[in-house]
Amino acid sequence: MGAIYRREVGAFFTSSIAYIFLAVFWMFTGYFFYMSCLYPGTTDMSNMFQSMFLICVFLIPILTMRLFSEEKKQKTEQGLLTAPVSLGEIVFGKYFAALTLYTIALLMPFVYALILSTFGLVEWGMLFANFLALFLLGAAFIAVGTLVSALTENQIAAAVVSFVSLMALYMIDVIQEYVTVEWVSTLLGYLSFRRKYFAITCGLFNVSTIVFYISVAILVNYLTIRVFERRRWS
Amino acid sequence: MIEVRNLTKHYGDKHAVNDISFTVEDGEILGFLGPNGAGKSTTMNMLTGYISSTSGQALINGVDILEDPIKAKSYIGYLPELPPLYLDMTVKGYLNYIYDLKKCKLPRKAHLKEVMALTKVDDVAERIIKNLSKGYKQRVGLAQALIGNPPVLILDEPTVGLDPKQILEIRTLIKKLGKNHTVILSSHILSEIQAVCDRIIIINHGHVAAHDTTDNLSKNVSTDHRIIARIEGPRDEIIKAMRNIEGIKYCRADMEREPGVYEYELEAAPDTDIRRAIFDICAEHHWYLLAARSAELTLEDVFLKITMGEGITLPDPDAEKGGAD
Repeated sequence: MGAIYRREVGAFFTSSIAYIFLAVFWMFTGYFFYMSCLYPGTTDMSNMFQSMFLICVFLIPILTMRLFSEEKKQKTEQGLLTAPVSLGEIVFGKYFAALTLYTIALLMPFVYALILSTFGLVEWGMLFANFLALFLLGAAFIAVGTLVSALTENQIAAAVVSFVSLMALYMIDVIQEYVTVEWVSTLLGYLSFRRKYFAITCGLFNVSTIVFYISVAILVNYLTIRVFERRRWS
Repeated sequence: MIEVRNLTKHYGDKHAVNDISFTVEDGEILGFLGPNGAGKSTTMNMLTGYISSTSGQALINGVDILEDPIKAKSYIGYLPELPPLYLDMTVKGYLNYIYDLKKCKLPRKAHLKEVMALTKVDDVAERIIKNLSKGYKQRVGLAQALIGNPPVLILDEPTVGLDPKQILEIRTLIKKLGKNHTVILSSHILSEIQAVCDRIIIINHGHVAAHDTTDNLSKNVSTDHRIIARIEGPRDEIIKAMRNIEGIKYCRADMEREPGVYEYELEAAPDTDIRRAIFDICAEHHWYLLAARSAELTLEDVFLKITMGEGITLPDPDAEKGGAD
């Protein structure tokens, strides 16, 4: 897994994807930081974290679109699948590489928090809960993007489909409002990504939310492994 | 060692590979020969665990590729039809990555240096793979297969895209590697297979069309028992005399090449050498033997015959081959 992870992190930086992703991510955090903290003069960063949800929906597909689609297109997939490594190592190697880049992106808001702390009192407990929520949200989203990337050999198709999928997850609450069948509505309520995330940004920390995001990430990565397994047997 | 038993692959109704069985011993080079689309690559992909087989078994050093894929794959160095190269990496960076990917235990620096020297890519070690020529890319692909010094090498058309000098070098290298590795090599170029391999399997439409040692296949299609001789002398008398040679099956005169000189086609039973008898008869009657050659069929002919059914009429060799399958 280490070899795949290292190569993938390297590939993020040799292609321009890492720079584009980080630049755009930091541009948005900077903007929201200014609008929700500096301008109103508060040390409460929750508004910024709330806004980042939608930005992740847009940006994470860029991070994950290349992961498997490019392997398939360049025929390097054959080298990976005939190497003495398990499918799990391949999928998680790539997944953690994307997650690493995402974590680097999250360091910037942390710098903002440090800046704020020199001027006023920062509610660190709440801030870390926010960080954890955004990190786990990204972890789940990256898993979805990785799965979509494994299904196509076209990067653009992967990006678009990932975006639509993440958008659908974002919209679960909206859909729920229009569903009249009660059990479907309840089920959608359980699956809502946004409600759980926003609860944490409002200061309601809930362990079940953490478990939910981690479960989604693991489950979707497992599905990615199954995609490869199935392709081999077809 | 590679053991393949009744390996079959269906894609829907299409039988890509049908019931192929063979064994390759240690230190042996097996050649897969067949036209494009015959099932060579599909078979290799099944052997390397890239795709599964519909039925049948492939054992690499006694390990079933589907039951313990990781262990089986660790015995294999595989060069696919298109080398799996990451174009954005340097040659050295890429080989280092492969070294890690294969969880190689050999001393890193020395091993990489050895492999790069063997495949002659050391002079482009620092270059980005994207910018290399096809020949170099192919050699990096071969280097990738050699990393970790796996006991089994599976090479899918390893000399494609190389210039004649490089082809020769790679063939020599494969022959050298064949001494202490188990090698399967595919190609649609006969002379290549003939030059490198100990044994040949000819595949057509997913079936094994012929399976024999290179020597036997060559013997079947040669040589000493079919002679074409150019003799100066009275035609009918010559034919009459030749027909008295022991073991001869037929003798007929072809066209007149020079005034009074005919070309005679002589065929004896297989394994009967009639060259000396011909000489003796000519000497006895003072006929001048101006030229003689064995009516050798190249592997090309055999190949065409086998892959195209009865396209070319050939005498004997084919009856024996049928028995060798």
